[in-house]
Amino acid sequence: MKIVLQFAIVAMSIIAIFTALLFSGQTDIFLKALHASALFGFLSIVVLALIWYERKLLARIQMRIGPMRVGPFGILQTIADAIKLVTKEDIIPSETDKILYWLAPIVVFLPSFVVWTVVPFTPSLVIQEMELSLLFILASSTLSIVGLVMAGWSSANKYSVLGALRATAQLISYEIPIIITALTIAMLANSLNIIEIVLSQSSQPYLLLQPMGLLLFFIAALAELGRTPFDIYHAESELAGGPFLEYSGTHWSIFYLAEYFNTFLFATLVSLLFLGGWLGPWLPGIIWLFAKIFIVISIIFWIRGTYPRLRIDQLMEVGWKGLVPLSFTNFVLTAVFIYYKWPLWILGFLGLMSILVIMFAFKQQKSSQPPSIMLIPSSEVRHV
Amino acid sequence: MSNESTKNIESVDIMVNMGPQHPSTHGVFRMVLWVDGERVVELEPHIGYLHRGSEKISEGEIYPQVVTLFDRLDYLSNLNNEMAFCLAVEKLMEIEVPKRADYVRMILCELNRISSHMLFYGTMGLDAGAMTPIMYGFRERERIQKFFQSVTGARMMHNYIQIGGLREEPPKSFQGQLKEMLPQLSKAIEECDQLLTLNEVFLLRSKDIGIINGSDALELGLTGPCLRASGIVEDIRFTEPYSLYNEIDFNLPVGVTGDTWDRYAIRIAEMRESIKIIEQALELLPDIGETKAPGVRLIPRPPKGESYARVENPRGDLGVYIVSDGKDKPYRVKIRAPSFANLQALRKMSVGSYVADVVMILGSLDIVLGEVDR
Repeated sequence: MKIVLQFAIVAMSIIAIFTALLFSGQTDIFLKALHASALFGFLSIVVLALIWYERKLLARIQMRIGPMRVGPFGILQTIADAIKLVTKEDIIPSETDKILYWLAPIVVFLPSFVVWTVVPFTPSLVIQEMELSLLFILASSTLSIVGLVMAGWSSANKYSVLGALRATAQLISYEIPIIITALTIAMLANSLNIIEIVLSQSSQPYLLLQPMGLLLFFIAALAELGRTPFDIYHAESELAGGPFLEYSGTHWSIFYLAEYFNTFLFATLVSLLFLGGWLGPWLPGIIWLFAKIFIVISIIFWIRGTYPRLRIDQLMEVGWKGLVPLSFTNFVLTAVFIYYKWPLWILGFLGLMSILVIMFAFKQQKSSQPPSIMLIPSSEVRHV
Repeated sequence: MSNESTKNIESVDIMVNMGPQHPSTHGVFRMVLWVDGERVVELEPHIGYLHRGSEKISEGEIYPQVVTLFDRLDYLSNLNNEMAFCLAVEKLMEIEVPKRADYVRMILCELNRISSHMLFYGTMGLDAGAMTPIMYGFRERERIQKFFQSVTGARMMHNYIQIGGLREEPPKSFQGQLKEMLPQLSKAIEECDQLLTLNEVFLLRSKDIGIINGSDALELGLTGPCLRASGIVEDIRFTEPYSLYNEIDFNLPVGVTGDTWDRYAIRIAEMRESIKIIEQALELLPDIGETKAPGVRLIPRPPKGESYARVENPRGDLGVYIVSDGKDKPYRVKIRAPSFANLQALRKMSVGSYVADVVMILGSLDIVLGEVDR
């Protein structure tokens, strides 16, 4: 118990240090704070829109119409939901560890917001330019695990504890492929500054050089976000909501907000690192960026509509036996190519080939399975 | 981790209570799990939350009223249940049911099987963590349920199959509606099949999980798709044909390994066979004729004696045992509910697997609590 509290304190202080670093040497700190609150407002609206979009898209996949009563096309539905959640009675179960229980949503939420201060929308549209912005994003987004453990432990509920343990195992193991793939990109761009990474894609997006990297990053991001098919720590059919089970009202909505902040963040990262961010012909940069984010987010939601959930051990297998070795191989290969100055398109070609080989292997495996259902005609049985 | 830090830590199995309020227990079923991390060490099912005493209530009701109680046993396959009770009484009274009524009964029962399996398909998807199957399943189920409503007047509690035949003549549009609906249904079954059956993640989640071999399955009293998944060829429609099943050709899907995937796939295959049965029955259905055996009184009084009738429910072998003392109310009614017997295998299948698997296994047994608790 004490350990968890210590963790919490450590996490909070790390966040505090990061935030202090962020604003250190700033003369116009109030202006920055104003920008940050504007960003918060913007993100909140994005989240409301995202939730509406997810519900609509899922509904279409499932041949429903989705929300339609509140406002045109149900567009105000999420706002109504938000009002409901905030005005709801905040139930704190009596057995909980009050401090941790209260702190957990904040610990989950803070990193998911802080990272946004260094995410560039265009070279000029960024709250704080930072040389190590990619590192900062990866480092702070890891912190939310602590909040999940706190939430699970303090809820005094066995489902929550199981969910928290699952979350820890899952998030820690999927950090590795994410970081390694991001590092590969940083190596190609020769910088950890996201703005420079994007600018270095002016000749071609890294999607073409790193198709494998994109796939790995995307899958790992899905797991990191706890989205289908990796939504193991929520696991509604088993754990009935995991670490967030006991939360209600505002507390719960803060978790939810953090989750969608993260979803939006990883979609943005994919577009910035692999799809060339705001670069694109004719249209203004910001529109290009949002178009790319929109496509990535749609794919994330689409997967949710079609896939079941993996089991915890299978998740670990996918992570440690699949993504981690592949990402390391990709990393080393890229390093070799860069060192010997071999043409990089070969790398892209290799990546594409290996993706095709993997897909083909899956298909072979599927078709090679013997049909395990026999059909016995009625005439045979009746005469036996 | 070094030995010193782990030496003094004692590992304890956590007791996790699942249900009666839990999204994956399909009603008010409760199971107590002892888990070691994610592994299930011990499982204890608790039933009885939906006990209504149907067997005892039956003793105080006249025969036509008991049919309504049977509607409420397995509330996903109401017509099959009505069929079981009516068969038992008809056996006792030696009533010959008119052919037309019998074919209509058969068509309705098979439709009911499809609608029940469609719900199974949806909940299986939910248990595996997929959201979409339940929507697809419910859409088809709703189609069938609407058809039932047009025929029987009620969506679920039909009270349509009665002793000696049917409560009333089916509507004139009966055949037309069916002919329109069957192609839609078979298309939908293929659609559902494509969505989930060979999905990589679903295969990972259901293959080689909750395996039970044939002899164990027989010993535990499993029936229906759960038994056939273990490779046993046993179906009352085949082995002891009731109604007019012996006039119809269809296939019996039988599994090999007896795992969760087999139990799932058998139900999908069964839906296709049900369509075949309905198509044939529709061909054979006489256009005119009695729908109720002549000479059966409104309040029948079977002679003294006892009878036992079995039907193949979507969930297995539903048996009804009736003792009559010659009055208008049964002296004793005993129900052999397939879900209740199938549930016995849950512990054997689940111990040693993961928590997430237990949910899948319970889903693949496809229990209905109204029938388990009666």
